[in-house]
Amino acid sequence: MNALSRRRFLKITGTTVGAAAAGGAALKASQILTQPRSGSKGIQKIPTYCDICFWKCGAIAYLKDGRLWKVEGNPEDPLSRGRLCPRGTGGVGAHYDPDRLKAPLLRMTKRGNEEWVEVTWDQAFDYIADRMQKIKKKYGPESVALFSHGIGGNFFKHTLKAFGTPNIAAPSFAQCRGPRDAGFRLTFGEDVSSPERTDIKNAECLVLIGSHLGENMHNSQVQEFAQAVENGATIIVVDPRFSIAASKAKYYLPIKPGTDLALILAWMNVIVKEGLYDQEYVQKYGFGFEQFATSITEYTPEWAYPETGIQPEIIRKTAREMARYKPATLVHPGRHVTWYGDDTQRSRAIALLNALLGSWGRKGGFYYPVGMDVPSYPYPAYPKTVKEKVDNPAKKYPFAHEAITTGIREATITEQPYPIKGWFVYATNLIQALPNEQETIKAIQNLDLMVVIDVIPSEIAGWADVVLPESVYLERYDDLNVEWFREPFVALRQPAVESPNDQKPNWWMAKKLAEKLGLGQYYPWNDIEEYFDVRLKSAGLSLSELKKKGIIKGAQQPIYFDEGIPADFSTPSGKIEFYSVQLAKAGFDPVPKYKRPAGGPPGYFRLLFGRAPVHSFGRTQSNRILSDMMDENEIWVNKKAATRLGVKSGDYVRLKNQDGVVSNKIKVKATERIRPDCVYMVHGFGHTSKMLKHAYMKGASDSQLITRYETDPLMGGTGMNVNFVTIVWEEA
Amino acid sequence: MARYGMVIDTTKCVGCMDCVVACKTENGTPEGFNRDWINYVVSGEFPTLNMEIRSERCNHCDNPPCVDSCPTGASHVHDVGKVVLVDDKLCIGCKACIAACPYDARYIHPEGYADKCTFCIHRVEQGLDPACVSVCPTRCMYFGDLDDPNSQVSKLLNSRKNHTLIPDAGTKPRVYYLT
Repeated sequence: MNALSRRRFLKITGTTVGAAAAGGAALKASQILTQPRSGSKGIQKIPTYCDICFWKCGAIAYLKDGRLWKVEGNPEDPLSRGRLCPRGTGGVGAHYDPDRLKAPLLRMTKRGNEEWVEVTWDQAFDYIADRMQKIKKKYGPESVALFSHGIGGNFFKHTLKAFGTPNIAAPSFAQCRGPRDAGFRLTFGEDVSSPERTDIKNAECLVLIGSHLGENMHNSQVQEFAQAVENGATIIVVDPRFSIAASKAKYYLPIKPGTDLALILAWMNVIVKEGLYDQEYVQKYGFGFEQFATSITEYTPEWAYPETGIQPEIIRKTAREMARYKPATLVHPGRHVTWYGDDTQRSRAIALLNALLGSWGRKGGFYYPVGMDVPSYPYPAYPKTVKEKVDNPAKKYPFAHEAITTGIREATITEQPYPIKGWFVYATNLIQALPNEQETIKAIQNLDLMVVIDVIPSEIAGWADVVLPESVYLERYDDLNVEWFREPFVALRQPAVESPNDQKPNWWMAKKLAEKLGLGQYYPWNDIEEYFDVRLKSAGLSLSELKKKGIIKGAQQPIYFDEGIPADFSTPSGKIEFYSVQLAKAGFDPVPKYKRPAGGPPGYFRLLFGRAPVHSFGRTQSNRILSDMMDENEIWVNKKAATRLGVKSGDYVRLKNQDGVVSNKIKVKATERIRPDCVYMVHGFGHTSKMLKHAYMKGASDSQLITRYETDPLMGGTGMNVNFVTIVWEEA
Repeated sequence: MARYGMVIDTTKCVGCMDCVVACKTENGTPEGFNRDWINYVVSGEFPTLNMEIRSERCNHCDNPPCVDSCPTGASHVHDVGKVVLVDDKLCIGCKACIAACPYDARYIHPEGYADKCTFCIHRVEQGLDPACVSVCPTRCMYFGDLDDPNSQVSKLLNSRKNHTLIPDAGTKPRVYYLT
């Protein structure tokens, strides 16, 4: 192994660069020239699929005289149905972003100082491979972990599994949808999965509990939501904030934050007591209904009223409305549901409410997604790992069915059950994605190797030893998207333009690194097209057709019980578990029970956060097209509360949380659209990475204020809506 | 001859700004400027609220004050569809049109001329919808000939409650909002 010390690197490269390395002058998108495709004139259309979020919508990239012009939806694609969301439409801004990472960077000084030298790819891989081998020798291969987000992480996962580590996690589980999937698994034996199997377009009654569709811009969901509205579906929205969805609702329930479970239990109480549930369905498919019914008798609407602030007659009225449209009543399970630490039980209550309404497996409820049979590549078997995964020792969280990011972080700090000495971070900004950034920074101090692979220099990149610049999705191939959705299909991401600098696709990096590690046998193909070809041929499909169309569909298949899907439930009883024996055995409530959430200090507001339709997490704030739509976030404060505090819309303030952490300055939005006991902001702003010039210090970061979190005892999810803030005036 | 107009269903619109983004990429609108925008009109007191979400732009008025106020003839009514356009070569950037427009639909392009929504006439002439209409994920926007009683826009206006913006200004706007 060609071992290079960092000192030698400095000698070799000579070019030392500061924070500007990844930035460059502030050019306008229109001023940046990229390589036109050889001699091309006129309009070219290249089908691909989007990566501005993880939804993977089919898209068509348009080139005008060889330059990337615009991106539109691929009409053949079931996810986009020919229409992208605003972020996807603004995808060209990712290609032209002057703040992009441009060359591999190696850390020069202290971690987090953002001082780098540019190195060659070969030097970068030598450095990484050398450190990995040293960690392997001293601690074992399990001591290298990967944090990943989205389909782009597939090849790095492959390389790290080949290296011998089982420690691979994504924030999408313990910081997002994990509790929902655990709650639904415990009830129906299956996840809600992604894209969600929610039959929104056919719902006659749609219940959204904190789900802000229309602001949360998961394309297919929003398109179907608009269809449901057009069809005249009864929309019931439960949210402390008058969301976009609330403005479409027949019933808007302005719930006290943290009390959703009380409302759901009261709804079920009414539906059971009044005999409004789908009795045939429950009898046929249900397990433990009697015990369930007994255990919710105490949760009357009158009981729920002081908890939730929702009038008993409204609880009854909305419960009856849901029952009226059953089974085409969809109580949406949400997506980002790590709120209060009892999230699996709340999600399970949502699953049970759907079970009462008979909506699982039924039209207008939850369908059974279908997928195409495209076999995996026939790689050699991965080496057997000696040690168990590090994130969930002794199955502390018995119902975690995926790895827990924060568990890996904790092990990195405590070195228990064994040390973690290397982190790979692919396309996820852990500083903003994980709660309590101080713990993340503390863990990083224990590492011998920290590698970040990304398209933009996010905060986590600032903490890396080596930063690897990735091509944006419009410039690269990625793994095949063999989607599970309403109809089976396989989609291809393929390059429409070349990368403007020395960026590389993830598959190329993962393969090169494997070769440096002596794991070349895990990449028997030379080029990714060979990989596609093998997989597609084994499914009887053609790569040339896929390249031309971007998508190949399979035959339509049944998706509802009524169409012939067998009503099998992969639960211990083989039925829908109204009462859960496995929960009781593990020492948890077999039927969800309500526990009042802890309040904040007097005079503090609960801090809530969510999404804006024009941004994906903290990944798009330097995209000049999308930043033109929204370049900073605002703090939503109830108008009367704002008046009482003497602040008005447009004022800049700072937020101070219960632990004394003070945010960057943020603009006030004094509005009627929120309760007076909480404030709300869009996640992903307040960037502190100096390399992310355009987004630097614009707006405030909710993550920075999330110093506390409540861990879900069932699956290790981190409930983050448990922080409280006051407003601190910004000096003019 | 056609008289183009737009009908936008505010009950379906989620205000996601896809129309704004699409306009920007389609027309290469410079950084810092947009030809269309979203207006969220909230009324009432928490929690009894109403919100109308509107995608707004030049109204391509039948009685366009921008055209009347233009000293050079740059602002004009186009032959095709009676769309209101600006000829950037004739425009001297005097801003008379900006002062005259009650909808604040125009801005001065960094290159010195008044710029605004064209109803994507370059697309319409190819038989396509304007970019904003074609991308809308909620399919809440409709474009067509207001003088053709069989067009979708005419049918929607005949069957649904609707309004225009600042009708009192007497401009006779051609962007309609279904409520």
